Amino acid sequence: MTEPASPLLGVRDLRIHFPVRGSDGGVVKAVDGISFDIPVGRTVALVGESGCGKSTTAYGIIGLEQVTSGSIAFNGLEISHLGKRARRDLATDIQIVFQDPSAALNPKMTIGDSISEPLAIQGWSRDERRRRVGELLDRVGLPATYAERTPNALSGGQRQRVVIARALALSPKLLILDEPVSALDVSIRSQILNLLMELQKELGLSYLFISHDLSVVRHLADEVVVMYLGTVVEQGKTETLFDAPVHPYTQALISAIPLPDPQAQRSRERIILKGDLPSPLNPPVGCPFVGRCPIRIDPCRTIRPSLQPVACGAHVACLVRAPAPLAA
Amino acid sequence: MVTEGGQQGHDEPVLAIKDLRIQIDGIDVVDGVSFSAHRGRILAIVGESGCGKSLTALSILRLLPKAARIVDGRVELGGIDLAHLPEKDLEDIRGNKASIIFQEPIASLNPLMRVGLQVEEALRLHRGLSHAEAQREAIAMLSSVGIPDPQKRAKQYPFELSGGMCQRVMIAAALICRPRLLIADEPTTALDVTIQAQILDLMKRLRDEVATSIIIITHDMGVVAEMADDVAVMYGGRVVEQGPVETIFAAPAHPYTHLLLATVPRLDGHRKSVLRTIEGVVPSVDQWPQGCRFRSRCPLATDLCAQRPPLAPVDAAGHDAACWHTDRLMELA
Repeated sequence: MTEPASPLLGVRDLRIHFPVRGSDGGVVKAVDGISFDIPVGRTVALVGESGCGKSTTAYGIIGLEQVTSGSIAFNGLEISHLGKRARRDLATDIQIVFQDPSAALNPKMTIGDSISEPLAIQGWSRDERRRRVGELLDRVGLPATYAERTPNALSGGQRQRVVIARALALSPKLLILDEPVSALDVSIRSQILNLLMELQKELGLSYLFISHDLSVVRHLADEVVVMYLGTVVEQGKTETLFDAPVHPYTQALISAIPLPDPQAQRSRERIILKGDLPSPLNPPVGCPFVGRCPIRIDPCRTIRPSLQPVACGAHVACLVRAPAPLAA
Repeated sequence: MVTEGGQQGHDEPVLAIKDLRIQIDGIDVVDGVSFSAHRGRILAIVGESGCGKSLTALSILRLLPKAARIVDGRVELGGIDLAHLPEKDLEDIRGNKASIIFQEPIASLNPLMRVGLQVEEALRLHRGLSHAEAQREAIAMLSSVGIPDPQKRAKQYPFELSGGMCQRVMIAAALICRPRLLIADEPTTALDVTIQAQILDLMKRLRDEVATSIIIITHDMGVVAEMADDVAVMYGGRVVEQGPVETIFAAPAHPYTHLLLATVPRLDGHRKSVLRTIEGVVPSVDQWPQGCRFRSRCPLATDLCAQRPPLAPVDAAGHDAACWHTDRLMELA
């Protein structure tokens, strides 16, 4: 599953739990023991539905949420419990792009000031900043004159280009992309996706790509981590995972994406899951997916499956599809 | 699917919109839109933000925001022109003969009212049923839209239900008086994909089993492919192309439809390939070009496009497009 060289980012058994107010010692296990690596220049996607913990994982990595246990290593350095100062230094290496570019830009600041803010914090001079802003705007495909404008003069797609330019300002190595095209118009999305692919190739960036849109994930990601209720149910190479998904949840998720092709869409076998996502306040004891699973067996109610390697090279947490080897 | 084949497309339409024009601040945000919806069929109105699809949907039941008004055209439901009906007569239409559901089910429900009562409301209003009778029907309806344990759920408040469950409640409330027309404005956009699959499945069952005419407003070409019998593509406040779903996807005749389909990454596409793009941005309503409104972004545009192209037949099977250059579409390949 991992490359021989040490990865840029290594996450091991990460847990992020939140105490529940008013309950006696109750916790929500938003992220409950997940592990993955992001090699240099690669894209790893976290996918799953709302409440699965994909965004919380990202926030844990950039220090916006406190990590309960586990390790996050960046370039071999443990970063899960850094102080404020060290975090600020790390910001030159790890940046995040959020879903809604309108909320991510200060409406009263010019585009140029927004992009140069991280540079100013790191002590760049005014001239250096101005030059860098020009370079960055060019790199994301906007005219240099946009530096003088405010966000309200820009379209959604242009704003997302500005947010990407700002994230690139300090030449980070890892970009966390949290649903970067979900808020954009369909005709604009492919422009931004092309830009992201181009930047990765030219700058050797690594991406942690968070999305619920599996067609986009398949297009961009090298490896996919499928999350359900804070745990990983399946992870593996993108081709394998899409061509031969093993976990019943992964299968349902892929089957639930409507294909933009009426003939293919109407002739294919679809899995429609019954029921809702369980409340993270009160998750099932055994497999988190047990309540909606079409292939569950009795032990699934009591035994939590761990990730096991399967024949196609993926890792799957399912007692039925990937039974653990018998303990010696 | 029992209605495949388009037989029922030749019935008298349930809804016929003719040359609808809606203005905001003197600008035509919906500009001469015509289409019809038929019994037992799903019509998808597809387009991006600002194309006028939601205003068109809202105008059918005269639910437009204050700033917008219908300045021209007809909205005929069973022969009655809703566009010119006095407000008090609309009460008899809304939730009775035609219903609408929205993107955010939780925002559409009254947070302080038990969901069962919200489903009953239309029955008591329109049919004058007693509480006991209405309650019985409401619980039956909640059950038929797939709410487990409907007796118990009917007594709960919206906050006690998930998003998917709230959308089922909305659909139950919308359908309780057996309307001929259901308008669904981005009904699954706020929902997770596995829940979206459930709701779309429910809507298809309504079409097939009760022959409800459904208009679904969406920006998602996948949802269109899954659900629609007929499609109207909107851009810049106008319908630029319309026709049967198979034709629209297999042989789009308008450059916008063609490019929109080509920009979406496909599950069977070549990974990491450069995606097709539509250059430029969706212009804001006060910056639409004269003539064809797509011409500022269209690779096929010529001087001719400064004149507005009519929505003209491409073939005899109900496929229309508003483009002067439908014969040059192969240049986009």
